Amino acid sequence: MTINEKQDQIVEAFEEYTDWMDKYAYLIELGNNLSPLDPKSKVNQNLIEGCQSRVWLDAEYTNGIIHFMAESDAVIVKGIVSLLIDVVSDHTPDEILNTDLYFIDKIGLKEHLSPTRANGLLAMVKQIKLYALAFKTKE
Amino acid sequence: MTEKLDIKTIRNDFPILSRTVYDRPLIYLDNAATTQKPRCVVEAIEHVYYHQNANIHRGVHYLSQRATVAHETARATVRDFIHATSSNEIVFTRGTTEAINLLATSYGETFCNEGDEIIISTMEHHANIVPWQMLRDRKGIKLKIIPLTDLGELDMTAFEALLSEKTKLVSVAHVSNVLGTINPVKEIIEKAHARNIPVLIDGAQAVSHMPVDVQQLDADFYVFSGHKMYGPNGIGVLYGKEKWLDILPPYHGGGEMIAHVTFEKTTFADLPFKFEAGTPDYVGSVALAAAMNYLSSFGMENIAAYENDLLLDATQKMMKIDGMHIYGTSPRKSSVISFLVNDIHPFDMGTLLDRLGIAVRTGHHCAMPLMSALDIDGTLRASFAFYNTHEEIDALIAGIERVIKMF
Repeated sequence: MTINEKQDQIVEAFEEYTDWMDKYAYLIELGNNLSPLDPKSKVNQNLIEGCQSRVWLDAEYTNGIIHFMAESDAVIVKGIVSLLIDVVSDHTPDEILNTDLYFIDKIGLKEHLSPTRANGLLAMVKQIKLYALAFKTKE
Repeated sequence: MTEKLDIKTIRNDFPILSRTVYDRPLIYLDNAATTQKPRCVVEAIEHVYYHQNANIHRGVHYLSQRATVAHETARATVRDFIHATSSNEIVFTRGTTEAINLLATSYGETFCNEGDEIIISTMEHHANIVPWQMLRDRKGIKLKIIPLTDLGELDMTAFEALLSEKTKLVSVAHVSNVLGTINPVKEIIEKAHARNIPVLIDGAQAVSHMPVDVQQLDADFYVFSGHKMYGPNGIGVLYGKEKWLDILPPYHGGGEMIAHVTFEKTTFADLPFKFEAGTPDYVGSVALAAAMNYLSSFGMENIAAYENDLLLDATQKMMKIDGMHIYGTSPRKSSVISFLVNDIHPFDMGTLLDRLGIAVRTGHHCAMPLMSALDIDGTLRASFAFYNTHEEIDALIAGIERVIKMF
């Protein structure tokens, strides 16, 4: 599946929920289902410090594709994190660099990526692109 | 005997309280961060700009004199509100933070030398920590920290043990912005004065909740912000005993604070102008006075009694929730409740309560050393003002219970 196909699938899934509390209940479910980060990845070096919650992000590069692993201390953030890494994981650096993560806006979670939210998500999106750029230049 | 307040009428004075968020009625419980503004405060700002705007103190013309009288009348209102002796003891600042920075500079540079000590407490807001750390790094002084008891009160035995001939100042909060604890500041001041040590009280969380009498407390310095007491943003007050303000050097230099300037030498103006360089916020001062007159019309005792009812009601109902942990359980508390439920992250609960129209604060509340002492990353904080209602408390309880079920 391409990155955009994955994004469209998420947008479709969220269209089922008209009540905001249901959207959040779904995000909590996703957050709870995200497998915990390996302790060797959950280190300060991978920590994205937000004022309100923290996100850890790690990446592996094999055979030209990047795999992302992440976690957060807040469950709603973890839910959004799980969507983000699902979308960008297992793609090439170029695919990730050229992608526009429009699904966040379409499912109404744009506010969670605003700098004022201070939950580490905005920095995480930047960090995803930085990983892609770093792996691309390594080649 | 306290009088009953007509909360419904009071709420009508605050237009913002009738708005909705996400199609739900706004339940505003973030009053310790900032309070909403009554019409009379906003109207006071409008009145100054539309009818008497002119730079003050330097003008011979009609408007300038009107504006000057309004600004100085506001100063007298502040003096009366906190029961200061003289208007010379009231310095307008941008807020609590600037007032503490002013003292850390003017008092700190004059009276503190290497090896001297300043006593603060574990529960201080960053505004009453960082300016002293900056002074410490400039002058080589030491900060001594009063620890807390399990109830979230100052450990007074430890406090007394910290007082020594090296102590140059004690600077503590009147009310904790996280725990809500009302500190025994009168006793602290007595103990410090017994050793000739002056005391600064951070009153940011106290002035809108209880009567404050700086003479009765015998505080040397008392500081607070306008925006946390229904006044405008960007103005605050430094109260200082005249004997102290007289001998402290100015903080900022510029116009307004001088008597005479040549390139060789400047002589400074008298109190309180010595500390008010540049054009002061003569709009904010008038609007702050409007807020104080508004509060005085109800009586601070009545406001304190009603808010105490809210605090008791909310505390009792919250304690019935399974997994509820309240931080700060002193019997002497202002209307602030910090809490966590089970292992639900404050960001998650705060985000969901927000969607239900309930505004609470989450995080470390600018008191990271206190969070470390409590061994947590942050809390949720509901803080009540006298326009909040028992129905809003019930909505908060229902909201918390609904959120808990989602985890």
